[in-house]
Amino acid sequence: MTIHTPTTEAQACAVVKSVIGSATPLSIRGGGTRAGLGRPAQAASTISSAGLSGITLYEPAEMVIAARAGTPLALVQETLADRGQMLPFEPMDHRALFGSEGEPTIGAIAACNISGPRRVNAGAARDSLIGVRLINGRGEMIKSGGRVMKNVTGLDLVKLVSGSHGTLGFLTEVTFRVLPKPAAIATLQWRGLSDVQGVALLSQALGSPFEPMAAAHLPAGLAGDEALTLLRLENFPDSIEYRAGELALLLGEYGVPDRLEGEHSAGLWRDVRDATFFAGTNEAVWRLSLKPTDGPKAATAIGRMLPGARWFYDWGGGLVWLAMPVDGDAAAVRTALKPLGGHATLVRAPDAVRAAVDVFQPLAEPLMRVTAGIKKSFDPDGIFEPGRMYAGI
Amino acid sequence: MSAIAFPTPDAGILARREQILAGLSALVSPGALITSDDERRPYETDALTAYRRMPLAVVLPSTTEEVAAVLRYCGDQGVPVIPRGSGTSLSGGAIPQEDAVVIGVSKMSRILEIDYANRVARVQAGVTNLAVTGAVSAEGFFYAPDPSSQLACSIGGNIGMNSGGAHCLKYGVTTNNVLGVKMVMLDGSIVEIGGGHLDSPGYDLLGLMNGSEGQLGIITEATVRILRSAEGARPVLFGFPTSEQAGAAVAAIIGAGIIPVAMEFMDKPAIEICEAFAKAGYPMDCGALLIIEVEGSDDEMDAQLARIVAIAREHGVTTVKESKSAMEAAAIWKGRKSAFGATGRIADYICMDGTIPTGQLPYVLKRMDEIVKGYGLRVANVFHAGDGNLHPLILYNCNDPVEAQKAEDAGMDILKLCVEVGGCLTGEHGVGIEKRDLMTFQFNPEDLAQQMRVRAVFDERWLLNPAKVFPLEGRVAA
Ligand SMILES: Cc1cc2nc3c(=O)[nH]c(=O)nc-3n(C[C@H](O)[C@H](O)[C@H](O)COP(=O)(O)OP(=O)(O)OC[C@H]3O[C@@H](n4cnc5c(N)ncnc54)[C@H](O)[C@@H]3O)c2cc1C
Repeated sequence: MTIHTPTTEAQACAVVKSVIGSATPLSIRGGGTRAGLGRPAQAASTISSAGLSGITLYEPAEMVIAARAGTPLALVQETLADRGQMLPFEPMDHRALFGSEGEPTIGAIAACNISGPRRVNAGAARDSLIGVRLINGRGEMIKSGGRVMKNVTGLDLVKLVSGSHGTLGFLTEVTFRVLPKPAAIATLQWRGLSDVQGVALLSQALGSPFEPMAAAHLPAGLAGDEALTLLRLENFPDSIEYRAGELALLLGEYGVPDRLEGEHSAGLWRDVRDATFFAGTNEAVWRLSLKPTDGPKAATAIGRMLPGARWFYDWGGGLVWLAMPVDGDAAAVRTALKPLGGHATLVRAPDAVRAAVDVFQPLAEPLMRVTAGIKKSFDPDGIFEPGRMYAGI
Repeated sequence: MSAIAFPTPDAGILARREQILAGLSALVSPGALITSDDERRPYETDALTAYRRMPLAVVLPSTTEEVAAVLRYCGDQGVPVIPRGSGTSLSGGAIPQEDAVVIGVSKMSRILEIDYANRVARVQAGVTNLAVTGAVSAEGFFYAPDPSSQLACSIGGNIGMNSGGAHCLKYGVTTNNVLGVKMVMLDGSIVEIGGGHLDSPGYDLLGLMNGSEGQLGIITEATVRILRSAEGARPVLFGFPTSEQAGAAVAAIIGAGIIPVAMEFMDKPAIEICEAFAKAGYPMDCGALLIIEVEGSDDEMDAQLARIVAIAREHGVTTVKESKSAMEAAAIWKGRKSAFGATGRIADYICMDGTIPTGQLPYVLKRMDEIVKGYGLRVANVFHAGDGNLHPLILYNCNDPVEAQKAEDAGMDILKLCVEVGGCLTGEHGVGIEKRDLMTFQFNPEDLAQQMRVRAVFDERWLLNPAKVFPLEGRVAA
């Protein structure tokens, strides 16, 4: 097993060129904390972004930051925090869920489109990713997007690359739009609601003018004995005061909310973001993305088929995190989604399971054909992460 | 003007016109096929009116299935296709060519489903931008991207161009507000990408569709995010002695952690033109104007405005004028949103659209002025200040071919300037034919070839909107 650690884009191009045609595909490694995402990919050698590190541009007044792909996420976040800014999409940390070690990199955030609770309001990583540089499977340096917020000139390859899990190329540099950190944060918490009530509350709140930035429902047994329904407000302190009051009034039928601040609030949202409720178990973990009001329908349908399944809701109900016995029937998840629409991703399971079932939602035939075509257009010899997303892709 | 080349029409297709028309008429309901000269003429051009070409025929289908039948037929016959929404493109994105069939979605203008609990609306592609907001405003919701052309332009066209508007600083552009599309591929297959949920499985094909300028397929339906309106909104006018001061104030506001819903910039010529038209009460004694809109409850707006005003004072603001009524607020926005129309009343103009890093604003404004003066012309600037999206309006007389050519040349120089300072050729109007030949200026051959190979996955033979976006020379298939 060879590990290539280029320190310049030119070296990275040379690495890719050296494997073209030699049938020794490359897996791509950032910090290695999310290596368990996708199907287990077979590759004889690895190209690492560890040698490509450092922030290359930061203009707080323009709300933009660019960094080499191997830059630790923590460094990006600290650099932003020093100037009172942040990444808008609250990226998940997979280390708890996967039991993995190492430092997450900014490149993987782009490559895997990693977002968190703020996604429901502020968009996903892909919405804030405004520019990329990558090496395609022909060994060519390709750029798309730029450093300005409106950046789509020609076809938006940035979006294609975001969430491609390394299958289209080796990212060398990424540029994100950033936002000011809120002056204050507070969480409103209701207790004891059913899934359907909890999601109804979240829908009503997200459809109000009071702009919750995150909205989650934790059924009983996950964070204590009672179900918790959570809304997070981020704003200037006077606005939080006002909006918390208005929301409590608007949602009066669900009872009087508790108000959480500081570490209590932050810790709960970290658990939601990182799905730590499922950390350290040997359950299979799925992520379902659907219409928020369909969240409880899917979860209860799956619960009926698979006793022992546990779940919670983020994104106002539109993201269901689901843990089930690892020998449970994966098809049950997709069956439950069929009448509802949306898609399901198997996030955590032993390699053998992820090799045997579809990790990503199977696509309709014409879209599968397009997907294969796009893979070929970037990576004609199938060098990068072969089979990571779908068989052959 | 004749600087931008069109491909030579395929003589074989022109010779087969009658046969092709017969083939098309068998596929669509009577009235959907337009063949006469008079009726085809409105489809000769879009809002880039200096260029026009008479299409072979125009088809206005009423259903996705009709679109599929027509597209499959054109694909089989090797006939180029120009997808069209409302034809308001400013970059010539919807301009046809003589050997092409225009497929317009304007008859597909129904709102199909509104789901407030899940905050989405499903609409046909020909629905106008403003009609989406119109359909949900009684419940207090709106559709966020708000191009100035929103009364006319279609959701399909908005997706084609990844359109933006004044309020995109907070709410994002089209690509951030579309959750799904139904689309017809060149072979007639109908696919759905995304839907009422967030994020896509597999590659982000939805993201790819936004800004694809009709080159990948024809969109017939879209699922868009609808948002709850703020409790109130108040645009405020800030007059500064100079553009530099206005630009510095914008940077300082963002630096202070405040993201207003909108921050729009106008220079002196633009202020004069818009005020003469809209009588919005714009201050006339300043060198630059910012329209800053804040949102929220009255108290929240007061508090946010106080912060903004304090910053503006540090940057030498001379006039602060709050809208005191809904009518005043509407007049302020009317002036800004009719900037193009108002300019059109005093001169012919071309509206450019580039982006720059906002820190480069003072330099770019100065250089633009020099460039345009160098051609002996005048420029008025309106500009989405928060995100660096410039819209210089170059004034000229279209009956004077020499001057027309100069205006076009000045525009190209300005776009090159945008790229030089780290920006892009387009912020929201798209590449179309207008900026097609400048693409090599922003991208190197490998970048462009990669885009073209992706394009070829959808349309190997370059039949869909073929004369757009990529230079005519050096095109790459799969
Ligand atoms: C006065 C004025 C003001 C404007 N202000 C703004 C502004 O503030 N912000 C902004 O972003 N733009 C603005 N524009 C530009 C223009 O309105 C937008 O580009 C708009 O989105 C075009 O929509 P349309 O329906 O007219 O599309 P068209 O002009 O018909 O087409 C635009 C492009 O989309 C493709 N297309 C259209 N429909 C489909 C479909 N169903 N499927 C696939 N492809 C399709 C076409 O092939 C073409 O490439 C303005 C234009 C004018 C004239």
